[in-house]
Amino acid sequence: MTDVVLAVQETQAATAGTADGVVALMWLLIAAPLVGAAVLLLAGRRSDKWGHWLATAIAGFTFLLGILMFVQLRGLDAEKRALTRKHYEWIPIGDLKVDFGLLLDPLSICFVLLITGVATLVHIYSIGYMDHDHDRRRFFAYLNLFIAAMLLLVLADNFLLLYVGWEGVGLASMLLIGFWGDVPANATAAKKAFIVNRVGDVGLGLAVMAMFATVGSVGFTEVFARVGDMSGATVTGICLLLLLAACGKSAQFPLHVWLPDAMAGPTPASALIHAATMVTAGVYLIARSNTLFTASSTARTAVITVGLMTVLVGGIIACAQDDIKKVLAYSTISQIGYMMVGVGLGPAGYALGIFHLLTHGFFKALMFLGAGSVMHGIHNETDMRRMGGLRKYMPWTYWTFLIGWLAIIGIPPFAGFFSKDGILELAFEEGRDHPEYYVVFALGLLGAIITAFYMTRLMAMTFWGPHRFAKDVHPHESPRIMTVPLAVLAVGAAASGLLLGGFDPKHRPIASWLAPVVGEAEHHGEALISPLVLTLITVTLIAAAAYAAFNRYARNPVPVVAPDVVLPPVTWARKKLYFDTVYESVLMRPGQWLARALVYVDGRGVDGLVNGAGALVGGTSGRARRVQTGFVRSYAMWMLAGAVLLVGVLLFRTLAPIDALMERF
Amino acid sequence: MTFPWLTTIGVLPLVGALLIAVIPRGRVALIKSAAIGFAVATLALTVAMMTQFRSGSDAQFQFAQSYQWIPDYGIGFRVGVDGVALLLIALTAFLVPVVLLASWNVTSKTKSYFVLILVLETALIGCFAATDVFLFYVFFEVMLVPMYFLIGVWGGERRVYAAVKFFLYTLLAGLLMLVAILTMYFRTKNGLEGVGANGTFEYAKWLELDIPQATQNWLFLGFAIAFAVKVPLFPFHTWLPDAHTEAPTGGSVLLAAVMLKIGTFGFLRYSIPLFPEAARDTFATPMMILGLIGIFYGALVAIVQKDIKRLVAYTSIAHLGYIVLGLFAFTSQGQAGSVLYMINHGLSTGALFLIIGFLYERRHTRLISEYGGLRKVVPVLAGTFLIAGLSSLALPGLNGFVSEFLVLLGTYSRHPALGIIATFGIILAALYILIAYQRTMQGEITVEANRDLKDLTIREKVVIGPVLVLIIALGVVPGPALRVIEPAVERVLDRVNATDPAPSLTETAGSSK
Repeated sequence: MTDVVLAVQETQAATAGTADGVVALMWLLIAAPLVGAAVLLLAGRRSDKWGHWLATAIAGFTFLLGILMFVQLRGLDAEKRALTRKHYEWIPIGDLKVDFGLLLDPLSICFVLLITGVATLVHIYSIGYMDHDHDRRRFFAYLNLFIAAMLLLVLADNFLLLYVGWEGVGLASMLLIGFWGDVPANATAAKKAFIVNRVGDVGLGLAVMAMFATVGSVGFTEVFARVGDMSGATVTGICLLLLLAACGKSAQFPLHVWLPDAMAGPTPASALIHAATMVTAGVYLIARSNTLFTASSTARTAVITVGLMTVLVGGIIACAQDDIKKVLAYSTISQIGYMMVGVGLGPAGYALGIFHLLTHGFFKALMFLGAGSVMHGIHNETDMRRMGGLRKYMPWTYWTFLIGWLAIIGIPPFAGFFSKDGILELAFEEGRDHPEYYVVFALGLLGAIITAFYMTRLMAMTFWGPHRFAKDVHPHESPRIMTVPLAVLAVGAAASGLLLGGFDPKHRPIASWLAPVVGEAEHHGEALISPLVLTLITVTLIAAAAYAAFNRYARNPVPVVAPDVVLPPVTWARKKLYFDTVYESVLMRPGQWLARALVYVDGRGVDGLVNGAGALVGGTSGRARRVQTGFVRSYAMWMLAGAVLLVGVLLFRTLAPIDALMERF
Repeated sequence: MTFPWLTTIGVLPLVGALLIAVIPRGRVALIKSAAIGFAVATLALTVAMMTQFRSGSDAQFQFAQSYQWIPDYGIGFRVGVDGVALLLIALTAFLVPVVLLASWNVTSKTKSYFVLILVLETALIGCFAATDVFLFYVFFEVMLVPMYFLIGVWGGERRVYAAVKFFLYTLLAGLLMLVAILTMYFRTKNGLEGVGANGTFEYAKWLELDIPQATQNWLFLGFAIAFAVKVPLFPFHTWLPDAHTEAPTGGSVLLAAVMLKIGTFGFLRYSIPLFPEAARDTFATPMMILGLIGIFYGALVAIVQKDIKRLVAYTSIAHLGYIVLGLFAFTSQGQAGSVLYMINHGLSTGALFLIIGFLYERRHTRLISEYGGLRKVVPVLAGTFLIAGLSSLALPGLNGFVSEFLVLLGTYSRHPALGIIATFGIILAALYILIAYQRTMQGEITVEANRDLKDLTIREKVVIGPVLVLIIALGVVPGPALRVIEPAVERVLDRVNATDPAPSLTETAGSSK
């Protein structure tokens, strides 16, 4: 293990080359969509006719740039595939020098391609999906804004600039969730997303501060180069703060609560932001900071724990949801949990986490867009209990969705099989030396079984069985502009696993591509059970779970109204395991109570007190007079109180040995 | 002789005010145009002056001028600026024309209103430019008068109450400062090289005084309480919600954007450098704790306000809490962040008050419950409100982030516990802004009167546009401003003998940096 650590540090500390060629145009990846968003927002209604085309063209342009950059990067030797460009000094003050600097390396290019690729498809799809919305232009403006922020997030060469992208995507996400903000619930969901994310942002902010206090810099290269010198506590502390940030952005336990509500936004936005790209930023953050995480096994254990909790929490809740988008949302939460487990497994796992992130990007974007297509065809119905049998009416949507389903539950040779199985196998492999990893494997496997169950339930309730929609609903297939993106994503969901993972788990193309950034781990000897047998067991269990769900929801009738009398676990899952309830009663209500109490103290309470004191002092004077002079006295009293406080502090400090106490701050 | 930049810039608005005073009351358009003309000319001169400013200069004050005024008491007309004062003057000169244009629809006693704002501008610029403490004190007190009338005459329903409260609070606190100033003055008599029996009020000379720490403590308090009321620092804040809420839009903007900064500027210019040991050893921690309390107190109280202006007023208490925290952390990041924060808060809160003013002119109410769903009717207004709000909640990419993060980072690097606590304030900031946005702009239209509101007019766009441009520009390119600020705060840090904490991992052999 230690050898690996050193190797990783050396690769990351290696000074990156200056970007030339197409890669020198990295700034354009951010500037172009930003300009697009600005033009659409400033032009207002005047751009209604062409706005969506402009935005789509820009998205396509960024994708094209991304491909060219990928080609250039591929042409370089592996160790030279890190190109930077510093544009200007962004925040120079004292020892803090933060540049507006961009970095393209094998890790960031993966994201660039995923983001711009999926974004382009989502833009195209949205031209059709948002056709009837008279605010379509604004929607496209936000999408472009999102691309800019997300690309800044993955291209920044330091943590503070990353933070800009990090909150920038949060803004775009909030705007899109609240896109139909006339409906109060949507506006509330938008606000909730931003606030919960801010909790995570506190972690990122503090991590950056801790890095500066430790190393004197917030640049990737500078920080990672000094990891070896940091104390274990410092590394673990920084890692845990980064994990908090990741939990917010990637909707991980216990901060996952915003993502299901985020489904209030238009479905294409959910596909792009709340499934394929933005919510995986937390995984990016950890993979990017791999040098730090490799150095702290405590932090990695925390990452795995969070990941596993999320896999199970998300999966369990997904089993009892009837809203098709909510099921997909909880599924996303759960799948990102796998990615976290992957990157939590250390040097061998970083590439696997990213691998699953990429395949998930394909199949989850596909299924979200598919769900959007379903909704488009049946008057925006999202309740699966009012669907069923749609297979006949929407063949394109159905067949592409089917591929997404096979991919997510992990049936070979579809994409999810390769990436998820890789993570499970690695956990099992680690179990040879550290038996506790067998628990990771077992729970991960349990999660996979649950996934197979709820996803099959979704397929069955939506596409199979008898139809349950109302008489006046006439399902129809979506227009070509929506189905073509589905088909493209379906190809990705089918083939990306094999393409990136290959047949030989010891030599995955994606792992060797990412090796310059995340290092490459040597493989332990043979595991207890051969991978092939393990895979067979896994696939069999998954198939069994899928069959159970098929039997229950496709072959047996599904009530149009959810039955009231159910087993307690089903109730718990329907109530989302009570996370919202607890947060409401533990945080929100006391917070509101405190705020009201302060208002009372600030206004009536203190004023009353002061006026009362004034009355006491001038007790004999008439009532009218008291009212008149009461003002003056109350301000004077306030000031007096403040002065007394400061003087008190002053005296206290000279009298009491408070210095020792203050030193701790 | 070089061009007397500061005198010209400071006097120009006053000249404008005097000239406008002789225009017949009925010529309203002429009065307004002339006032705006003088304000714009002042701004143009300020911009020209800024191009002449050298941030690498060794002199503490640039564009310095010094004339005898009352030689018997060592009082002089002495002006000059460091980077901090320069930016605050720039902020003032920038906002006054904005405010005047925003006040175009003031119909009652129009002439007096425009004259008073120009007088106020002179007082504000004078306050920042003075390098003679007596001169500073004169401007400090004089500015109360126009503001008192602005609130008391053009304010809301409880304007008289608010104006009297504001006036008494600041005046009384100012008297405490006067006592401290006089004490300092008497110490200069015969006590300093080159200062005779007449003593002096020259700031630079005061820096040479050697004051025992016990005395420093009391003098610090005298200054600090006056400034704490201005800031306002918890628990000296109760005048602010009333004054901000009742003041007319122009008054609210200048009050929040510039006048509060006199307090934080005063800490940085007077309290800390004049009494460095007191500031560092006695008061740093209490001040930071009061700032910290303000951050959470202001934010929490803001969240549950029913009056949109009052909400924004309370957010100022939270923001100024950050500024005080950064000032007394005694790190270059913290102090530079605080100075930048003064500018940024001026822009973001100024913008919010301007936009609320637009709303008020349309509906004549400040109650949040009277709004809701406005985004649908007035999308441009809603959009500007959102940008200003995002600046206020310190969204990265906008101006507020740079300063707030620097304050937090600067605080953390010396006092990790305080830095950590303060960082949690960013969650509350998101809450109060987004709650305000949601209740006013999102949701359904609940009040019929809002259904046919008109979106921003061209004049209103011209008012708010430049502020928003600066909000974005200072977020993307804060470097030039920071470079102007840095020498000034380094000087203050030298005075208190503070150096930035070194990284805990100092450069050692084997470092690859």
